[in-house]
Amino acid sequence: MVTILPHIHGDTITMSENSFTTAHPSQTITTRKTISQKTIIGWLFVLPALIMYSLFVLLPLVMSVQYSFFQWNGIGEMSWVGLENYQTILDDPDLLGTIFNAFKLVAFFSFIPVSLGLVVASIIHRVAPGKLGEVARIILFLPQVIPLVAAGIIWGWLLARTGLVNQTLNTIGLSSVPRAWLGDFDWALPAVGLIGVWVLLGFCTVLLWTGMTRLDPALYESARIDGAEWFTEFTQITVPLVRQEIAVCLTVTIIAALAAFDIVYVTTAGGPGTATAVPGIQIYILAFTQQRIGLASALSVMLMALVIIIIIPIQFLTQENSQ
Amino acid sequence: MKINQSELWTGRVILMALMIITILPLISIFMTALHPSGSVPSGFEWPQQPQWGNFIEAFKVANMATLMQSSTFIVIGVVPISLIISTMAGFAIGHLRIPGSQLLIFLFVFGLTLPFTGIIVPIYYLERDLGIYNTRLAIILPLIGLYMPFAVYWMRAHFVNMPEEISEAALVDGATIWDLFWRIHLPIARAPITSLGILMAVWTWNQFLIALVLVEDPSQRTMAGALGAFQGHYATNVPLLCAGTILILLPTLIIFVIFQRQIITALLQGSIKG
Repeated sequence: MVTILPHIHGDTITMSENSFTTAHPSQTITTRKTISQKTIIGWLFVLPALIMYSLFVLLPLVMSVQYSFFQWNGIGEMSWVGLENYQTILDDPDLLGTIFNAFKLVAFFSFIPVSLGLVVASIIHRVAPGKLGEVARIILFLPQVIPLVAAGIIWGWLLARTGLVNQTLNTIGLSSVPRAWLGDFDWALPAVGLIGVWVLLGFCTVLLWTGMTRLDPALYESARIDGAEWFTEFTQITVPLVRQEIAVCLTVTIIAALAAFDIVYVTTAGGPGTATAVPGIQIYILAFTQQRIGLASALSVMLMALVIIIIIPIQFLTQENSQ
Repeated sequence: MKINQSELWTGRVILMALMIITILPLISIFMTALHPSGSVPSGFEWPQQPQWGNFIEAFKVANMATLMQSSTFIVIGVVPISLIISTMAGFAIGHLRIPGSQLLIFLFVFGLTLPFTGIIVPIYYLERDLGIYNTRLAIILPLIGLYMPFAVYWMRAHFVNMPEEISEAALVDGATIWDLFWRIHLPIARAPITSLGILMAVWTWNQFLIALVLVEDPSQRTMAGALGAFQGHYATNVPLLCAGTILILLPTLIIFVIFQRQIITALLQGSIKG
């Protein structure tokens, strides 16, 4: 910034009341000269952010696409293989399975927190407008600020053989149920999903609650005068009117599910077998332990494309609704 | 308001139960952390003789003092620069509305949807070529880039709502655009900048994958990144692992309690506007 500073101070911006030549009504008092200067300085303002973003996000994105067409071990020659890496992923049930696992995770990371969050938010909105509601929002939100790695370690212990979950099940008399949840082929993925529910429920609840406070209280007043039950109020008023917030929650949580890494890495590392292998984990293993950079990149590209394919329709839904 | 008593109490009981379920995991690891090091306690049991020394031991074996320094260093490397460049960009896009603003916004918003796991592999090779792999810069620089979509969008949302008249009056008085930014708009933007700063500090502190992949030496990583290594060594010593985990999440927890209002609104508004 320092380098362009004297530059800007050297010029004074000239103003002319007579030039109404610009298209924007709000800029009617600025002259053409100042507009071009504003443009140049404005772009200089954007430049540092744009450079960092381009260098560490956009460029790697392009590189991912490029790598995905090659076979490369990270050190030697890169050899062009066309779409072969993509073919390999589609043919290998273990690799393709990571994408199916990611979808299963969406159910836990996204659908449960969003639907449960809607219910909880509407309860807070309806019966706890005061202190209790505030405390509830803060406590439910708490897991969101804890490092995901810590959340993983905490739950790794809770779900262990002697952990709290099994202890509770024993106490309530379900002594045949307890197991090492994260080591169980059938239960490991739901168990990892449960951690996602814990982390994301508060976020969704508070976001949806904010949407509800924005609604006209008169809507609720009149419904309540008519004696509307919680459920009627919930389905007839609340859910339809917070659609925009629902879409935001879905977007954020779906990305969190498809991109999941931290929690899975510390709790199961993809196991047992490939029961909890998600794309994030598989990319890490392919690239950094198996040195198959091309294959890892092809999976990365598929993951990113998948996110965009799922997110875009949700965005369009919101835009239509907000009109 | 016509809400009958039974419904009121059902609602309250549900909320209380949810709060307890949310907080229970934290209580469980806290109690576990107080059991004798190396023992295998059950999940919810107050120890006969609380071993407060476990926290000191975990602090020592996890090399926590070095880690705190390392994390703080990384936060200081990331947050101020990110704040400055994203605020400037947000100002230019949201307030100056330079030609190409729409395109720029589209470009930055696109970045919000990118799962980070998808670009970590090329970042690794990029950093090898740049010669910064395995240094703290390896964490700092990509994080700045990665925060730009959220940060620029967040600051733009603030500047878009600033009335044009403020700037016009200043420009008529002969202020330069730099003056306008530095003297007039920056002081007004203090609140959104603070929220963004807190948020990015917490995110940086909690960063795991980037530290795991780009820095081999755990003592040069972020707190969360080092926790992964700590877990590898002490996976079987549950009380010590729990003590270490508590120490590592404590700073973010304290920051959250102090700034909970800013953090919650920042996260929510960021995602609504995004």
